[in-house]
Amino acid sequence: MKKLKNMLLGAAALTALALPAAAQTNVKIGILTDMSSLYTDLAGAGSVLAARMAVEDFGAAAKGIKVDFVSADHQNKADVGSNVGRQWFDVDKVDVIVDVPNSGVALAINEIAKDKNKVFLVSGAASSGLTGAACSPNTVHWTYDTWALANGTGSAIVKTGGDSWFFLTADYAFGHQLEADTAAVVNKLGGKVLGAVRHPLNANDFSSFLLQAQSSRAKIVGLANAGGDTVNSIKQAAEFGIVRRGQNLAGLLVFLTDVHALGLETAQGLIMTEAFYWDQNDASRAFAKRFSAANKGIHPTMVHAGVYASVLHYLKAVEAGKSATDGKAVVERMKAMPTDDPLFGKGVVRKDGRKIHDMYLFEVKKPSESKAPWDYYKLRATIPAAEAFRPIADGKCPIAG
Amino acid sequence: MPDIFGIPPQALFGQLLLGLINGSFYAMLSLGLAIIFGLLNIINFTHGAQYMMGAFTAWMLLNWLGISYWWSMLIVPVVVGTFGVLIERTMLRHLYKLDHLYGLLLTFGIALIVQGMYRDQFGSSGLPYRIPDALRGGTDLGFMYMPNYRGWVVAVSLVVCLTTWFVIEKTKLGAYLRAATENPPMVQAFGINVPRMVTLTYGFGVGLAAFSGVLAAPIYQVSPQMGADLIIVVFAVVVIGGMGSIMGSIVTGFGLGIIEGLTKVFYPEASATVIFVIMAIVLLLKPAGLFGRVR
Repeated sequence: MKKLKNMLLGAAALTALALPAAAQTNVKIGILTDMSSLYTDLAGAGSVLAARMAVEDFGAAAKGIKVDFVSADHQNKADVGSNVGRQWFDVDKVDVIVDVPNSGVALAINEIAKDKNKVFLVSGAASSGLTGAACSPNTVHWTYDTWALANGTGSAIVKTGGDSWFFLTADYAFGHQLEADTAAVVNKLGGKVLGAVRHPLNANDFSSFLLQAQSSRAKIVGLANAGGDTVNSIKQAAEFGIVRRGQNLAGLLVFLTDVHALGLETAQGLIMTEAFYWDQNDASRAFAKRFSAANKGIHPTMVHAGVYASVLHYLKAVEAGKSATDGKAVVERMKAMPTDDPLFGKGVVRKDGRKIHDMYLFEVKKPSESKAPWDYYKLRATIPAAEAFRPIADGKCPIAG
Repeated sequence: MPDIFGIPPQALFGQLLLGLINGSFYAMLSLGLAIIFGLLNIINFTHGAQYMMGAFTAWMLLNWLGISYWWSMLIVPVVVGTFGVLIERTMLRHLYKLDHLYGLLLTFGIALIVQGMYRDQFGSSGLPYRIPDALRGGTDLGFMYMPNYRGWVVAVSLVVCLTTWFVIEKTKLGAYLRAATENPPMVQAFGINVPRMVTLTYGFGVGLAAFSGVLAAPIYQVSPQMGADLIIVVFAVVVIGGMGSIMGSIVTGFGLGIIEGLTKVFYPEASATVIFVIMAIVLLLKPAGLFGRVR
């Protein structure tokens, strides 16, 4: 009799163990980012960390979702990135690729994710093409895009008198798009674009290009580049007295880590548009504290914040649908559910895949105004969500109609 | 003044001058490579990393110990040169009898390890290094605004390059060096310690790279990647000038800097590739390089 009781108990225990396993959803997140070159600090290992924090805060394990991670370096090469993406989707059974700072690589992954019906959450890449002509039912573009940057920084500068522009443009998809979007804003507001020069990605010496910008006599030198390229252009512009001789710089995409690298002495007064700053409210400060403690003191950029928030929202959609296998279905649920997270607040994901939230116009503080390490920005203006991004009709996204 | 090929002369002169400035880095770095290759027969792929270490050591001296730029110019080459000597003593010397390829692989591996360690420690965005106060500001040359520091770089690198050339080609010490390159056993038989000379030569080449790093620190971001970006171009410079030729590397360094500068005016998109196009052409027409001789 006792034997039977034991057997029953054992069977019960087994069922209890087996049940959650049957209900468990598996998710594999692939973080494809720049681990070795100019975008490493603004994305890189910090993006992996942000994704892990999102999974932790969501309490995935308790909700029956088992999450695995893989990460890789795309080396800023579209072919390397595509190879990794295909292998992840086909062989390693990755469900979602996150981040991808570099629009060239992101546009390639965008296509692959659509072909394989997986999910692509963009945080690091900027090209507004991702929710325009190249938009996909499998992609959500979370943090920012070239249109939002051009609109924020471009219009603020034209309205304060900077009406003639010369562009220093990184010679690949992102730079071209950022230049085109900004030029459109400048022209619309009655300004003039006097010219542009295209420099190779990861150029070291910008003095020749700056000299060309100088001889154009444009009031504003627009830097349509990012990361180390922006840092070196600003630094060398200071050296060649560009600002002292009456021209102004407009950093169209400047990250917190770039300002840190430049130092306030050189970066002060720079105006830029961002989606997130760590010192905005209690939630963002708490996030920054946890993040920087695990990331050698480097504070989160908007790219890191975007990775965190997009993974969080993705997991909510997976939980609601109890599956991650059908990428298109997950993204549809992400669009149907309003977003709500500690870093970006409440928002929505639009039909074309564009995540909508407020954007902010920041100015870099003077060294005397900075009270603590990483205390770099002051808020100039908030661009309300409704105006911050390109109107859906202007994007010509086929699936948004 | 009339335009030259549609470019205003002011812009053209400006770009020529900028090319000269970039060329001075090419010249100093390729000079170090040429010396090392000439005597050791080693293609020193760690050169870029050692240049980067020079910049970082200057940064550390300034920010951690408060040692100024001027002292760094003396201290840094010695510190990084010593690192080079250690590498030569412990690793490189076992490879002299083997094919070039082994030395190249070893030094390439060391470069990757060193860069990885710096990236892990300091991140990739780079660190700012202030231009020393005495060299801040600039001079208006009429056709362009010339930052004083850049002028300083050209002057210093010319002095360093010509002194090195003079020591190697015109002094007794240089004669020993050149003799040891031709026939080491014979020179050793005359009572000269050839292995020590080889070690010190490597240390000197590395010190030159570190010195360029100090010069570069205030201009570029001090970042782990700075050497890797530059070294490929510098290798092309050495190949064009002729492997192991001292004067060849100096002249080609400055010359290619100028050609690159001009490309940035006429067709900026090609500025990253023009040097390699020239390299391909030179290799086809004169495989030993412009100043090289067939060995």
